[in-house]
Amino acid sequence: MSTPAGSRATPAAQTTTPKAVVKEDAMWLQKALINRNYHDLATARERGRKIAATFVPGNLNELLMCFDFARSLPETNALQNALRKRSGKLVMEAERDGQSEDVCTYVKADIGMFLQGEVGPTGEPLPRPDVLLLSYTGCFTFMKWFELIRHKFGGETVMLHVPYQADGRIRPAMRDYVVKQLRETVIPALERISGVKFDIDRLREYLKESQKAEEDLVAVLQTAKHRPSPIDGYFGAVYYIGPIFTAFRGTPEATEYYRVLRAEIEARLRAGKGPLTPEGDHPGEKYRLVVEGPPNWTHFRDFWKMFYDEGAVVVASTYSKVGGVYDFGFRHDPARPLESLAEYCLGCYTNLNFAQRIDMICRYMDDYRADGLLVNSIKSCNSFSAGQLLILREVEKRTGRPAAFIESDLVDPRYFSAANIRNRLESYFQMIRQKRLAAGVH
Amino acid sequence: MRLADIVARCEALFEDLEFRAVREWKAAHPGAKAIGYMPIYVPREIVHAAGMLPVGLFGGGDQLEVIQGDAYYQSYICRIPRSTLELGLTRRLDCLDGMLFPSICDVIRNLSGMWQILFPDKYVKYFDVPQNYDDAVGGAFYRHELASLRDDLARLAGRPVSDDDLRGSIAAYNENRRAVRDLYAFRAARPWQAPTAEVYLVLRAGCVLPVEEHTRLVRDYLAAAEATPRPKRDNARVVLTGAFCEQPPLALIKSIERAGCYIVDDDFVLVQRWLVEDVPESGDPLDALARAFLHRSTQTSSRYDEKREDKGRTLLAQVKSRGAEGVIFAAPSFCDPALLERPMLQDVLARHGIPYTAFKYAENTGQMAPIREQAGTFADSIKLWTAA
Ligand code: SF4
Ligand code: SF4
Repeated sequence: MSTPAGSRATPAAQTTTPKAVVKEDAMWLQKALINRNYHDLATARERGRKIAATFVPGNLNELLMCFDFARSLPETNALQNALRKRSGKLVMEAERDGQSEDVCTYVKADIGMFLQGEVGPTGEPLPRPDVLLLSYTGCFTFMKWFELIRHKFGGETVMLHVPYQADGRIRPAMRDYVVKQLRETVIPALERISGVKFDIDRLREYLKESQKAEEDLVAVLQTAKHRPSPIDGYFGAVYYIGPIFTAFRGTPEATEYYRVLRAEIEARLRAGKGPLTPEGDHPGEKYRLVVEGPPNWTHFRDFWKMFYDEGAVVVASTYSKVGGVYDFGFRHDPARPLESLAEYCLGCYTNLNFAQRIDMICRYMDDYRADGLLVNSIKSCNSFSAGQLLILREVEKRTGRPAAFIESDLVDPRYFSAANIRNRLESYFQMIRQKRLAAGVH
Repeated sequence: MRLADIVARCEALFEDLEFRAVREWKAAHPGAKAIGYMPIYVPREIVHAAGMLPVGLFGGGDQLEVIQGDAYYQSYICRIPRSTLELGLTRRLDCLDGMLFPSICDVIRNLSGMWQILFPDKYVKYFDVPQNYDDAVGGAFYRHELASLRDDLARLAGRPVSDDDLRGSIAAYNENRRAVRDLYAFRAARPWQAPTAEVYLVLRAGCVLPVEEHTRLVRDYLAAAEATPRPKRDNARVVLTGAFCEQPPLALIKSIERAGCYIVDDDFVLVQRWLVEDVPESGDPLDALARAFLHRSTQTSSRYDEKREDKGRTLLAQVKSRGAEGVIFAAPSFCDPALLERPMLQDVLARHGIPYTAFKYAENTGQMAPIREQAGTFADSIKLWTAA
């Protein structure tokens, strides 16, 4: 799971008659940030910096910054390659090298990238990480993924085991376990590998920045409660979450990005505008949806277009919470640095149990006044997908609003069937219309 | 007891998807509870100490028609969760008062939440195990998990579970572990006397029988297998790995053997061999279980290997200590743990010059011919290799 920051779908890029491209400041800022990070990684060795890789859910960016690591997020690398139509051959390269066709394609895209000469999505070198910070949060595959990278390409793994919220809450023993691991295993290992001594005050400073950015991100996402929504809470939100879910949470640059973004979105809201799409302003909000599950990256634009062409806006999504759930009040807390890092990891979306996931979706359906739920079930991802059909049934039962199910994959283009998805969506929108007619709402 | 009778009894238990043995045990122990558990490991000692029957569930096998279960899963998810749900939704698991879902993969993790929703009257616990093996860190967390399981079950039983109860249960399971270790050693020494299709059934019987009875059964089988001479064949000796969760059909195990392979070690029903040594029967019993888990347990793909050089240690030891000539990777389709682990293990084997072959199965795989052929070719190539 991750975010496509950096390779944003440029507005108007796919229209037949070229229009003036409206790029808002936040987009440029975001693109610059992401490209800068790839450049940082490419030049890390020559600048004597060590490289850390870590996953988006349970991403301990502020902590890694305390040790001056350049930071690589392997899911983001995979999806960036997918957006650039490169992931198919990377996946196949990994399969030729012995990986099963059945397993998560993020893993295979990552392995394929190393096998094909360690070049990152922007074309600059992406060297092998010195440390694989295995924040084992909400996904079993993470563990095997970094074991595989270590096995094939070297580097040291550092495990942070984040227990699952099986009974829907963070028990003190769970938090203590994570904090203890940070103190006794993770921090000493990062000190040793980086040669930098840990300074908790430095961590506090970063966490202060995180808090500010989180505040603004939540404000942005919650503008979708308005009608019309000024944002798309799924296709658009994957850009918004880019910096905060990756190598920038805790940096002043991220704080600035979210400040600018918020101002822009609030201006759209005041102007009564809908979301910005790759083809300019949204044609007009007809359907408001909540989406569960990650997007497909290989056909991201086509996929998005299927929604806005029909007048659909996603007002809230669970995917935009994979790298942290902030909209129910959680913030990183400089007064309790390690504890709040632990709580952050424990609270990531895929670390929530089923009842919590269902409650969250139902709450979104109400708070964002959605017409229904759409599940995009991802072949790669057991963590998200196993049991989604029950989520769908329960949400339908509890809200009385229609739900639909489509299937695709993250970065393997072989599993995207545009015709199937379009048909499903069309019948789904028809179902919503019929429901409205039956209820006398037009 | 005659060998044929023992095997027939195990087979009947294996085929019984109504769990009559569990129902009979409950009828004979009024008020006592039965607790189901899924692969890969749960501390059955704690269930036993609460006066309950731990019941191992390994899906529905190839005899169960899965209808309702399929409605909950996409085609790209393995089969064991859907057949397990089918068992639950068709009320075959009504004899169970609770379910434990160990931390093995995201499919079983999510199934724990589905179970909470679909069976709200049952006790359901997702049983987390530490991936940090330091006593003061992962050990402390795990001890807490063990204590919370003990307290939950005590509440369910309506009586406390004392340290003495736990020590008694540890002793009962130590006996069982010894018997199962002997069974594995016997099969490795004389695989023609203890075919894996039988050994497997004996293990599976331990999923529904009380531990004391299962230990006797293993001992009876060993005595009977020893006393019944059978012809020794010129088979290749192989370790089978990857089948720790969703199970291959019995016919598949038989096919491998018929194709000319003696399976001399495997990872079937790992719960019975998870702890590789006796657990101390004195001192704090939860500490003893926690330490055994952290330091005296087997290696499998649902666990983290701290160092690169740890990868494949157990598999290599199996090959070496059992005198195996090759490895068969048999993994359920769509099983992330087994399939992500496989290339690493294969690489370790390749570096040690150990031949291997690999295939996938589902618990309801019906076509045995391709697997028989593949196993046959593998056995032949091993023999050619050793002859050369
Ligand atoms: S299984 Fe899902 S959560 Fe895990 S790495 Fe793959 S896509 Fe991400
Ligand atoms: S067969 Fe594999 S993927 Fe399926 S539940 Fe078992 S361990 Fe998980």
